[in-house]
Amino acid sequence: MTRSAYFRLAALALLTLFLSPTVQAAPLSIAQLMTNLAKAPQGAAAFTEKKFISILEQPVESSGELLFIAPARLEKRTLKPRPETMVLDGDTLTLERGRRKHVLQLKDYPEVAGMIESIRATLAGDRKALERVYHLALDGDTERWALLLTPLDAKVGKVIARIQMSGSRDVVRSVEILQADGDSSLMTIEKRAP
Amino acid sequence: MIHSRRNGITAIVLWLIFLLACAGIISRTHFTTDLSAFLPRSPTPEQQLLMDQLRDGLASRLILVGIEGADAPTRARLSKQIAQRLRADPTFASVNNGEPVNAERDRAYLFDHRYLLSPAVTPERFSEAGLHAALGDSIDLLASPAGLLVKSILPRDPTGEMVLLLDQLNSGSQPSLIEGAWASRDGTRALMLMQTRASGSDTDAQQHAMAVIQQAFNQAAGATAAAQLVMTGPGVFSVTSRDTIKRQVTRLSILSLALIATLLLLVYRSFSALGLGLLPVVSGALAGIAAVSLGFGEVHGITLGFGTALIGEAVDYSIYLFVQSEQNPADRQNWLKRHWPTIRLGVLTSIAGFASLLLSGFPGLAQLGLYAIAGLVAAATVTRFVLPSLLPANFRIHDVSAIGLILSCAVQRAAVLRWPAAIVLLAACAIVVANRDSLWNDKIASLSPVSQADVELDTRLRADMGAPDVRYLVVASGADRESVLRTSEQVSARLQSLVEQGELAGFESPSRYLPSAAMQRTRQNSLPDRPELETRLAQAVQGLPVRAQLFTPFLDDAAAARSQPVLQAADLQQTSMAMAVDALLIQQKQQWRALLPLTAPAGVDINADHLRTALGGMPNVLFVDMKAESDRLYSGYLNEAIGLSLGGLAAIIGLLLVVFRSPLRVLRIITPLAAAVITVTAGLSLLGQQMIILHLVGLLLVVAVGSNYALFFDRPDPHTPILPRTLASMLFASLTTVAGFGLLAFSNVSILQAMGVTVAPGVILALMYSAIFARQSDACPSNV
Repeated sequence: MTRSAYFRLAALALLTLFLSPTVQAAPLSIAQLMTNLAKAPQGAAAFTEKKFISILEQPVESSGELLFIAPARLEKRTLKPRPETMVLDGDTLTLERGRRKHVLQLKDYPEVAGMIESIRATLAGDRKALERVYHLALDGDTERWALLLTPLDAKVGKVIARIQMSGSRDVVRSVEILQADGDSSLMTIEKRAP
Repeated sequence: MIHSRRNGITAIVLWLIFLLACAGIISRTHFTTDLSAFLPRSPTPEQQLLMDQLRDGLASRLILVGIEGADAPTRARLSKQIAQRLRADPTFASVNNGEPVNAERDRAYLFDHRYLLSPAVTPERFSEAGLHAALGDSIDLLASPAGLLVKSILPRDPTGEMVLLLDQLNSGSQPSLIEGAWASRDGTRALMLMQTRASGSDTDAQQHAMAVIQQAFNQAAGATAAAQLVMTGPGVFSVTSRDTIKRQVTRLSILSLALIATLLLLVYRSFSALGLGLLPVVSGALAGIAAVSLGFGEVHGITLGFGTALIGEAVDYSIYLFVQSEQNPADRQNWLKRHWPTIRLGVLTSIAGFASLLLSGFPGLAQLGLYAIAGLVAAATVTRFVLPSLLPANFRIHDVSAIGLILSCAVQRAAVLRWPAAIVLLAACAIVVANRDSLWNDKIASLSPVSQADVELDTRLRADMGAPDVRYLVVASGADRESVLRTSEQVSARLQSLVEQGELAGFESPSRYLPSAAMQRTRQNSLPDRPELETRLAQAVQGLPVRAQLFTPFLDDAAAARSQPVLQAADLQQTSMAMAVDALLIQQKQQWRALLPLTAPAGVDINADHLRTALGGMPNVLFVDMKAESDRLYSGYLNEAIGLSLGGLAAIIGLLLVVFRSPLRVLRIITPLAAAVITVTAGLSLLGQQMIILHLVGLLLVVAVGSNYALFFDRPDPHTPILPRTLASMLFASLTTVAGFGLLAFSNVSILQAMGVTVAPGVILALMYSAIFARQSDACPSNV
């Protein structure tokens, strides 16, 4: 695997970053969900992520903290099993593990950029940006919704089969990613008291 | 009379032959401008290494390129276009701009030889416990975003050797990528790093490389008027300093010739006198260059710069002849009798002063000494033996006795200034003593002809690039490649522990990319045979979420690695590691050297003592701090030059004592010279200019030139007045000297400027002090 593929996939994992505060009720359309999500300026949460990898007998688990600061900063701080940090700020993605640190520019990795911008677009409630890369389908009601993202872009489609985010009102509870090779991951998010 | 006429013709013929010979030698002379003039003639091992590195080390061959202006996509496109073109050009050993051109081959080299290359391959690593731990780590990595890297290779590389090798390879900080090409941190500049095949000391080749880069930039399809190319690096520096020195020396020679010619025309009011007066100068300059060329095999640009200034000094002799002897041949015979001995003594004192420089271990300084001696002797000889015969019978210059008379009266009154002069001198002494610790600049950088702006550009690009400054090096020497690689492995082990203690940020080693054959075999022997490895692996996976069957490819690879042929240098070809090994592993005649550049922790210097202790006792291993070494080298020279100058002064005093046999008289001659030297030194100190070695040469020149004045003022009998014509000639002589050296003071090459600011005021002061402290005659003379 080349280094750029590594970063592409690492960035992909950022897709699993999520949060959103404030709450509203009532029946739900994509437009409304977006509006609700857009109202969240920032938030911190704990996450647990399970990866189901074909070559392993059991899923591997990791956990840590998530932080979103609108409009453009996402942080994923993994604490277990190994400390690791991933920060997306503007167009710059920074990865740190042990003493190693990588800094890269999103626009050098168009496939990754498409996916990550989409996630940020979701958090920012930017439906237009989201629909440039994904086909959106919303299921359920305000209390219990599920947003299904299917890549439109072929490059993204080579890595990702689909992403399903589910939540309640304006809070994202879980992000499930199905990779094109059949491996998958499920991230569950517990919002912490502010 | 006929006899003297025949002598004159003989002298002229000899002189012409001499000039032809000089011209012949000069036409075959090699001119340099690099730092070689400042490197020692008999170096220590550390100095030898320093010199080799400066001449053709890794760092000397790097050219850092920046593309500025326009927008980021344009800059990146230009960078890629230039790189594509230059990669095909044999001028460059490598061209890097962050594009992954060798990525596939690099990856294949590392992956296929991971068990020979990885420092983690030890018998313990492949024991049950070792395998269990390594597998656990790899599975942890799977959980991380980086895990996607290892997912596909886990069955073949469960112990994670590849990840370790990649981490090691990327340990240097690299610039970030913008639009697929390296860019500065602030994103305003695209960056490229090139390595020339030619060594950094090959200035012509470096100039060619720069031209090739510039051409590639100009002809790149993406070039726009807004985009600009900047270059820096040791080779670039030698090219630009050569250009600067060449340009300045040319301009200064023309200017000072023009200035001196104007001055002489004003005095002589005769073109033939001007032309004749310049003959000794030209002869002196040719003799100087030819002598240096013969003595050193090459002539440094600085020596030529010094030569232009010496024009102003060499022209003095013809001034003395023309002005002091004035109007008729009989008078000139009289001049030879009356004044020539004084001038000859002046030339001898100059030689005595400069001869000391010949002993310098610093070829640059010795060149100046030789040039000055040869030039002055030739100029004086031509003035004495050739020039009088060349003068036409009706030769006349403008009558300057009016100026002489005015000077005469001024000199009479100069005694009034004795007390003020004494006070100034005392103050100067006080300043010199008070600032004695900061008088000298002992940094070698002070000699560099590179401009401040260029140095700043270099610092900026280096910081952007994270390029190694190659200040600290560990060097392992040995008889063959294998032995230096083995030594570097031992050194690496000790350095690694310093990295872990935080003493070092990191280091490079050729053995990282090409381990010694012995080390490779040791690693092969660390791998158990296949049945044994299979058994251990079955135990190792206990408690881990994987099945042993998954790792069959690993068993295959490990078994193959056990009998794999060991890596040779040739296996590296076409990978980006080849360049690193080329740069770090050097064969010189029968000697091999491995270089291990060290990186200091951010913001801290490396503690040399700790390092030497850590490496203590290893034979053939040397730790070198290049900066400290070069500064030490230079300050050694400075001390040597100060000693030699004092020796020169002693030689002058000795010479005068032998000639005059009167300590008091010698004291009277020396006092104004010493006063001038002290005053100039104090003045430089007041102006905040720290003296470098060339200031010292300047001071020596002040003594040499000033001794002529002091000798003219010196008379055994105080009642004999100094002839007004003599005074006038001294004034003109000092004016031409000031004009010649004064121009140097405006040079932006620090070494030329240093001589200028010392000699120009020093000569005037020497003349004034000589007049003020001369013994007084009784009255203003009415006429000659």
